[in-house]
Amino acid sequence: MDLIVLRGVSFRYDGTPVLVDIDLTIREGDFLAIIGPNGSGKTTMVKVILGLLPPSAGEVRLFGRTPAEFTDWGKIGYVPQKATHVDPFFPASVEEVVGMALMAGPRPGSPSGRDARARVREVLEHVGMGGSARTPIGRLSGGQQQRVFIARALVTSPRVLFLDEPTTGVDADNQASFYEILDRLNRDEGLTIVLITHDIGIVNKHVTSVACLNQRLSYHGSHAEFCRSDVFRDMVTRGDHLIAHEH
Amino acid sequence: MSALLAYGFLQRAFASGVLIAVACAVLGVFLVLRKDAMIGHGLSHIAFAGVALGLFLNVLPLGAALAVALGAAIAVMKLKDRAGLHGDTAIGIFSSLGMAVGILLASLARSFNVELMAYLFGDILAIEPLEVGLTVALAAAVLAAVRLNYGKLLYMTFDRESARAAGVKVGRLDTLLMVLTAVTIVLGMKVVGILLVAALIVIPAAAGLQVAKSFRGAVAASAAVAVFSVTAGLALSLALNVPASAAIVVLCFAAFAGSFLWKKGRGLRPPSE
Repeated sequence: MDLIVLRGVSFRYDGTPVLVDIDLTIREGDFLAIIGPNGSGKTTMVKVILGLLPPSAGEVRLFGRTPAEFTDWGKIGYVPQKATHVDPFFPASVEEVVGMALMAGPRPGSPSGRDARARVREVLEHVGMGGSARTPIGRLSGGQQQRVFIARALVTSPRVLFLDEPTTGVDADNQASFYEILDRLNRDEGLTIVLITHDIGIVNKHVTSVACLNQRLSYHGSHAEFCRSDVFRDMVTRGDHLIAHEH
Repeated sequence: MSALLAYGFLQRAFASGVLIAVACAVLGVFLVLRKDAMIGHGLSHIAFAGVALGLFLNVLPLGAALAVALGAAIAVMKLKDRAGLHGDTAIGIFSSLGMAVGILLASLARSFNVELMAYLFGDILAIEPLEVGLTVALAAAVLAAVRLNYGKLLYMTFDRESARAAGVKVGRLDTLLMVLTAVTIVLGMKVVGILLVAALIVIPAAAGLQVAKSFRGAVAASAAVAVFSVTAGLALSLALNVPASAAIVVLCFAAFAGSFLWKKGRGLRPPSE
């Protein structure tokens, strides 16, 4: 089933083209990596998909509807690029951070009160943070915060999860366990995952399909084909994406 | 003290003071965390023009201040959006204009300077029954609006982009927050005056944020500090014959200093990775 479809999508910022004529289909069960250099439009594309930015041309369909018509935002989980740049003095407990997504708006079937608290505890257990429910978010490490933000994105039982450079600022050990969680969600629970990254090492280990973006989509297909493609060979030759990016 | 509380003017002062304190404290936590703490200061200066206008036209000053502050709050939002100004610039423009208009009206009328002083420095002990009714209704409406939108306001305050992606209409909530702040400022100026009302928004929230481990805890601690400061400040004012507004703000600061020292004593710091 096609969950998200982009047809001829372009986006211009102050007259400068950022995305040009993008065609992309995200199907149920995909684990898709969107890769590309800094400034290639990866984050912009996700923001256009989520309705945070209006496309200059073309059409986005979320579960068959345009972002303006779409109301069931609980079906889409999102972990933004700077999620772990938390104000260390913001006085929110871990369970409050996760529960925010349930309080974003009345949705059919959305739990409330005691059921909501139980659901929050359930997803925190799922990402290995069950023991930290009452801890202030600012006292957690970057890796722990990232798990909490995954839990927040999962608490509404989404069908598709977008993660924008999710391991920026997270150490190598925590990155490995983080991707294990994503693998489990995709493989065992059939969650569709869209991962924005420029770390080709991650792409090789985990994803099932790849989209290469540099204003235009230069490649979109399976991971196996990607590894045999000229695009991949060029990237390896140039060494563009082999170094973990530090912000 | 219990004998004094039998007086109607004191009952009115305590009842409306406590309710306004809670409304200021609850909104203050959101505003401080959004780095919008100075909005209270700006809107109070704008409300000064409304009070002067009310006195000049001989209509209820609280009502005139409310109308002017609400209009200015919406104008600030529009100016931010359409002129591409930062929030503090738009607030700076309107707060200066508010003070200037207020001074002009006061100078033209000449006759109401004493009444104007009551609004500048606060006079909760002189609150009228009509003002108590208006205050109770508006403060209850502010608290009800926050309660109804609590989850969305919290989400937007913590992570604006994710809140938008989750379908939260952040633009509407920004306007709601500005309107609620304008109402609360107008109510608060009767308690501590135009010059000090921003303190009732900022200081209890800052104190609550020192000690809280959760957002709900911060709101509760902030409300507790505000209620303590208003009730104890009124009591001090009666006992020592000092202005209630000044006593309230000094007690707010004492509570903040206490919470800061308590936190420092416990060595609470965010961790490094």
